[in-house]
Amino acid sequence: MRNLFKIAIRNLIRYQRRTLLTASLITIGVVFVLVFVSVSGSFKAMITSQITDSMMGHLQIHRKGYVASIDNLPLNLNMSPKAYQKIRQALAADAQVEAFSPRLKFGGMFSNFTETTNIRLNGIDPEAEFRTVPLLPSRILEGRQTLGKGEILIPALLARGMKIKPGDPVVIVATNADGSVNGKQFIVSGILESATGPGGRDGYVHMDDAAEVLRMTEPQVSEVAIRLKDFGRLAAAVAHLEKTTAGEVTPQGQPLLEVHSWEDLSPFFNIARMIDVMTLFIRIMLIAIVLISIMNVMVMAVYERIREIGTIAAIGTPPGKIRTMFILEGFCMGVVGAGAGVGIGAAIVAVINLIGIRFNFGLQKGLLLKATLSLPDLLVVSIIVIVVAVLASLQPAVKASRMEPIDALRHV
Amino acid sequence: MEEVTVPALRDVNFAIGPASFVSFVGPSGSGKTTLLNLIGCLDKPTAGRLTVAGTDVGVLTRKESAAFRGTHLGFIFQDFNMIPVLTVYENIEYPLIMVQSIAPRERRERILRMLEAVGMADQDGKYPHQISGGQKQRVAVARALVTNPALVLADEPTANLDSQTAYAVIGLMKKMRDELGTTFIFSTHDTKIVGEAEVIFRLEDGRLIAKDVKGGTAHA
Repeated sequence: MRNLFKIAIRNLIRYQRRTLLTASLITIGVVFVLVFVSVSGSFKAMITSQITDSMMGHLQIHRKGYVASIDNLPLNLNMSPKAYQKIRQALAADAQVEAFSPRLKFGGMFSNFTETTNIRLNGIDPEAEFRTVPLLPSRILEGRQTLGKGEILIPALLARGMKIKPGDPVVIVATNADGSVNGKQFIVSGILESATGPGGRDGYVHMDDAAEVLRMTEPQVSEVAIRLKDFGRLAAAVAHLEKTTAGEVTPQGQPLLEVHSWEDLSPFFNIARMIDVMTLFIRIMLIAIVLISIMNVMVMAVYERIREIGTIAAIGTPPGKIRTMFILEGFCMGVVGAGAGVGIGAAIVAVINLIGIRFNFGLQKGLLLKATLSLPDLLVVSIIVIVVAVLASLQPAVKASRMEPIDALRHV
Repeated sequence: MEEVTVPALRDVNFAIGPASFVSFVGPSGSGKTTLLNLIGCLDKPTAGRLTVAGTDVGVLTRKESAAFRGTHLGFIFQDFNMIPVLTVYENIEYPLIMVQSIAPRERRERILRMLEAVGMADQDGKYPHQISGGQKQRVAVARALVTNPALVLADEPTANLDSQTAYAVIGLMKKMRDELGTTFIFSTHDTKIVGEAEVIFRLEDGRLIAKDVKGGTAHA
């Protein structure tokens, strides 16, 4: 095999310019794919992390029909405290769950005593919430990164529009489940940076305060946000939790709860899927580039070396070795192209990180792109290139091995 | 137009003994190359029987033919047919690695012996484009003999050489026959070179018309 490699490499060097051009074409293709995969993948991971870690959590459990309800934040579709206790016990015992946070969501009127507007609020247990969505504290632009009873975190847009600062008193008025109205005064503890996506412009109050405003003796729960230990096992975790919650049924025997991943709840998931589709197309283009360029070169190589093939076949070289000789040429070109592409691609990604590219996404400004290349990405692209290079040289190689030596020797 | 089949060889019967130095002679189209190709298992006879080194080569499959060529036959071509990406040493080494899988030490011994025998020991690191036609043909002789074949076939081995070099190459082939006992069969239309052969088969229109043996002529 070493000798076959030696001959293959020397033949590639023999047609230096052609080999260089083909390898360069493959390298450019690999560089494009790697930079695209790196930048788009990092963008996707960053936005996904912003959405899941700063407001949504990885998964959410709702009472069946809550998400699909035409009412905005329906209070009649909350989970009862008893139902939540069962979920709490199950989640606390679940090894996949890192943290979870119950939320009591409601809409109300927000007033600074001179102006009034609408607001969506989350009643939360601050400690559980900050563990479940760990980037939430980092969204607090002004004020304290905590939330006590009688305090409220309000979105920046609202604070700016109504000229509210931390420490200012505000009033929340909300309609209860029975249709009555109740109000409560809060002190603004912090201003939250607005985020793109569902819940990105919500305010936060303590769970007990939310129950008090809504006149609940015990806080009900609108949703349970869940953070997993391993985000990569999202689909498995959804399936597992669906199984866990399947036992909770209505008196009519219908499922009481439903589990949604962030993918079901955030419109950004469609963008993420589009990025995946684009990545797939770019990979297909790379495959086409490698396939066509290597096949073209190998067809030429076989045609130019017909007499040589005749000579080695006449000497007694088995057809299998002739075939391997040409396949190795394609393989070597694939390895060189992939290797150079990986090197240059990694260098470009390093330069991107060194320059520090910032971008805006919806309401979030100046997000810093941290382009990364994972080992699996590098391996997948390299393996694709090498396998396609081998496949592309297969047909010319088989043709070479099947040549009759007498015909090949007569070739002019 | 109707296709007409023209037999390249007809009624050709002969036997060649071991360690012979034989030449096929005849004008273009007489069937010399066809006969060499048949003996060299590069072509198959449509009729008749052809036995080379005790094997009926007419019935061999493509793969068996390749193996037979690799172990029993050596080839010398008119255009030298060196592998351009390999050095002189590597060209001689090629059949030992790709065809016969000879162990490295023995391989080296055989190649050095051959390089010495053909007078190319000091040129072993050169590539084919760095040596002359005569030197290439010497390397081709070494490559053909390094596998210890029973028979070496050479189709017009001197056609691309000047007369002095041609004599030198034929002389080398004869010397190797004397040393190794290998049978050499070569085709030529060069009347001067023909005289170097010990047995001459004369072909015309695909028929064997005469067999000359040094010292007398016998009609085939």
